[in-house]
Amino acid sequence: MLTSKTYLAKSNDIAARTLGDETIIMSTIDSTIFMLNPTGTVIWDAADGNTPLSRIIEEKVCAEFDVRVEQAAEDAQQFVDELAAHGILVVSEEPISPQ
Amino acid sequence: MKLQDGVEDHEVVIEIGGIPIALQTTDSGFVSLLKGRYRDYIKAETNPDFTFRVELIAPDTFNPEDDVEVWFENGEWRLERGDFRVTWSQESREGLIRQTANPYSIDSVLRITHTLLLARAGGFLLHASSAVRNGNAYLFCGLSEAGKTTIARLAPSDVALLTDEASYVRRVSDQYVAYGTPFAGELGEPGKNISAPIAAVYLLKKAPENRIESVEPAEAVRRLLRNILFFAHDAELVRLVFESACAFVSEVPVYQLSFFPDERVWELIG
Repeated sequence: MLTSKTYLAKSNDIAARTLGDETIIMSTIDSTIFMLNPTGTVIWDAADGNTPLSRIIEEKVCAEFDVRVEQAAEDAQQFVDELAAHGILVVSEEPISPQ
Repeated sequence: MKLQDGVEDHEVVIEIGGIPIALQTTDSGFVSLLKGRYRDYIKAETNPDFTFRVELIAPDTFNPEDDVEVWFENGEWRLERGDFRVTWSQESREGLIRQTANPYSIDSVLRITHTLLLARAGGFLLHASSAVRNGNAYLFCGLSEAGKTTIARLAPSDVALLTDEASYVRRVSDQYVAYGTPFAGELGEPGKNISAPIAAVYLLKKAPENRIESVEPAEAVRRLLRNILFFAHDAELVRLVFESACAFVSEVPVYQLSFFPDERVWELIG
C-alpha cells in the first residue's frame, strides 16, 4: 500500500531516456525493456528518492492530467509495484540516498 | 609462414565494417573454407586490428546443447557456445578460438566479436536486411519471418544488397553508415562489400497492401533494441548499446513498412 511515506528512486541497473512524452527504460541486468506512458514518465522523472509518492501524485500527476487523486494513487500503486518487481524502481519508507 | 615444428601456418584477414580481423590456423582445409565463405571480405596486405589463433577441435568436445554466453573476466572476453570456446583480450588484440571445422561456428564468433567492438564505437549489428540505392542505404528490420529475405529477393537490379540477415551499422564522422556483411540469411549469399550512409530504417510488417507510417521515437528505440544483436552479460556495454540506439533514432528516420510481398514495394524505397 502506498502511503505518504513511500519514496521512490531509480535503480542504478538501468539505462533510460525520455523521448517526446514517453520514457524507454532498459534493465542492464537482463536487457528487459519498459515503456512508460506520459503519466508514468511524470512519476519516473520525479522519483528522486526524497519526494514522497503522495506529493508526486498530488503536485505532478494530478496537476498535469485530468485525474482524481484516488484514481491516480491506484494507478501509481500498480505502476510502482510492476517496476519495483523488475528492480527498475527502488521503493522505501524512508528517503533514499543516492547510491 | 612456418611454425617451429615445420607445420605451415596460414593467416586470413577478414575485414567487415572496416575492421580487419586476422584468423591464423595450420589447417589448410579450414583456410579454403574461410577463403570461400568470406571471399569478398578478405584483405591481403592489411595490418589486422585483432588476431585470433584458430584451434580446430573434435566434434562433441563441448556440450552441443550449451547456449551462447559472453562475458568479460580477468581482462579477457570469453565467448562460449556448444560448438566453440573463445578468449580474447581487447588490450593485446589477440585471442584464441577453439571450434570444430565448420563455417557456422566461425561465423558466429565473428558476429559476436563485432557486436562487442561496435558497442564501444556507437554502432551495432541489427537483425535487418539492408541495401544501397542511389547512394543511400536502407535497412529492413524484423525478427524471423518478418520479410527481411523477401524484401532482398524482390530488390530490382539498381539495388545493391548489403545483407539479408545482419546489418552492420557504424557511426562514421558525423553520420551512420551501413556496411555490407558476409552474414547471410535464407538468401544464402554474402552481401556486397560496400558501404553507404543510412537514409532510413523500415520496420517490416507483411500486409495486404503497401504503406509507410512514421514511428514515434520511443517506440522506434524499443523496436530497434529488440532487433539489435547483443549477447554479452555486461552492464556497461548494454548501457552503451541503449545509448547508441537512442542516438541513432534521433538522427535516422524510422518507419513502419507494411508491405505486400511483390516487387511494387520497392517503388516506395529510395
